[in-house]
Amino acid sequence: MTPTKPKFELKLGMATREAFGKALVVAGRENKDIVVGDADLSKSTYTSLFHHEFPERFFSCGIAEANMVAIAAGLAYAGKIPVVASFSCFVMNKGFEQLRVTVAYPKLNVKVVGTHSGISIGEDGPSQMSVEETSLACSLPGFVVLSPSDEVATTALVLAAIKHVGPVFIRTGRMKTPIIYPADQKFEIGKAIELIEGTDVTVIATGLLVAEAIHAQEILDAEGISVRVIDIHTVKPLDCDAIQRAAADTGAIVVAEEHLIDGGLGVRVAQVVAETHPCVMEFVGIHDTYAESGAPEQLLDKYGLIARDIIAAVRRALARKK
Amino acid sequence: MPLKKTVPEMQAIAKTIRREIIEMIGAAKSGHPGGSLSAVELVVTLYFDAMRHDPSNPKWPDRDRFILSKGHAAPVLYAIMAECGYAPKDKLNTLRKLGSVYQGHPDVRFLPALEASTGSLGEGVSLGLGMALTAQLNGSPFRTYVMLGDGEVQEGQIWESAMFGAFHKVDNIVAIVDYNGIQLDGFVKDIMEIAPLAAKWRAFGWHTIEIDGHNIPVIQAAFKEASETKGKPTAIIAHTIKGKGVSFMENNPKYHGTAPTPEEVKLALQELQ
Repeated sequence: MTPTKPKFELKLGMATREAFGKALVVAGRENKDIVVGDADLSKSTYTSLFHHEFPERFFSCGIAEANMVAIAAGLAYAGKIPVVASFSCFVMNKGFEQLRVTVAYPKLNVKVVGTHSGISIGEDGPSQMSVEETSLACSLPGFVVLSPSDEVATTALVLAAIKHVGPVFIRTGRMKTPIIYPADQKFEIGKAIELIEGTDVTVIATGLLVAEAIHAQEILDAEGISVRVIDIHTVKPLDCDAIQRAAADTGAIVVAEEHLIDGGLGVRVAQVVAETHPCVMEFVGIHDTYAESGAPEQLLDKYGLIARDIIAAVRRALARKK
Repeated sequence: MPLKKTVPEMQAIAKTIRREIIEMIGAAKSGHPGGSLSAVELVVTLYFDAMRHDPSNPKWPDRDRFILSKGHAAPVLYAIMAECGYAPKDKLNTLRKLGSVYQGHPDVRFLPALEASTGSLGEGVSLGLGMALTAQLNGSPFRTYVMLGDGEVQEGQIWESAMFGAFHKVDNIVAIVDYNGIQLDGFVKDIMEIAPLAAKWRAFGWHTIEIDGHNIPVIQAAFKEASETKGKPTAIIAHTIKGKGVSFMENNPKYHGTAPTPEEVKLALQELQ
């Protein structure tokens, strides 16, 4: 049996949704044009923090995501920087038509934040889980799609998203998340971060799976397998150079994400690999299904989204590489 | 600066706009004449009486905004914008052609003087609310006008936005429903009845005015009443005739989305002398 327990634990930090809510308040103090909308989930998305400090710049939209997204477009047309938040599944699915026609098509300066992304929302079950938000967001021309892995990344990327002129989707999660980065880590939209150098295989991960990739690397390293770990915090536009380098240097890539494999980060990375430097690839993600209720840890285990699954994928990749 | 015109002048402009709508759609060989013709007096009264705007300064921050939520009626919007000087009059007949500023539905990428890209029904009031909220946040006096189709109010988002507008007391927005009674598949009452429409808007908390949408002095009075209404948004239910001004198009569902033939263009232009 492959060991699943890592050599050491990363320190647990706050959930990326909470880091978003706190960063939004910081941004709101600096920039008076930021206006926030929420659809009756502000205590869960942490936009309640912004509401508390800037009540005049917060709009309660009720449970009406489509209207909320299009109001954000109207605010952006008139020069505001609107930020709208809800669970990823609601804002992306119920608001998708409005994201397409009112936001992406005229390429407006709207920031959309999805919380409770992936199956790690847990007990509430599939109607509240988002397994397709990244695919949907990436299908909107002109959108920047961010997927931070911890609280440090979230804070930096929320502030970067506000500075970026144009539509941005930020994917955050419900669970408390291990802290990966030092507090002063620099993040640049579109620039992947090479966390660990390696030469045999590359694991490209995003969101919650970055910490799992680090654990997998520790275990494989002990066996003498040299694993490069890359955090793709910007799913669109992808850092094509980092991907091409990984393909050329290591000859095998595993992509890991808490998302349907169809339409996710993996297929986007595969496109870059196919176009630049074809190599062996394996995919860790959700296989064409909806999940179920359960504790987040149980679900991540059952649906194959932990270090053990990354290790297995690495072994498959290395076997095929030979 | 408002482009003020007298009622007889606006009536003359309305006739010009109707001729241009027929010519544009005839040249394009596709488009939506019926719902463009029904909205002419409403749009002319907005651009030549009610709205504060300045064609020499199209991005004036305090200008009033107009959003054509029923984006398929783009020809009436293009004709009035050309009449005001926001867009080239001599290119109206490039409607729907590759590269034209006059895209099939309003598209800000091609015509930046437009206030919004529209065409997918149900979204305009929400867009307008975002603009109206901006005016309130900025302490700007500008008002936002949104024109809806009657079939369009079948979209659920309209009622999401109606709730929002009343709840947040957005009194600097006006929704105008071009109630011509016809949608693509036929008469509204046969596709999905929307009556009693004024009662619905009232129930959603909007100050609601029902008018004859072809009578310019009546339209002027309605916009004035809207501007004097505080604490709640205003809905104007404008009863109109689909295809108004062209006898064979009036009240005929065929001309919701069918272009006139060259022969029909000739006949229509004779009627609009």
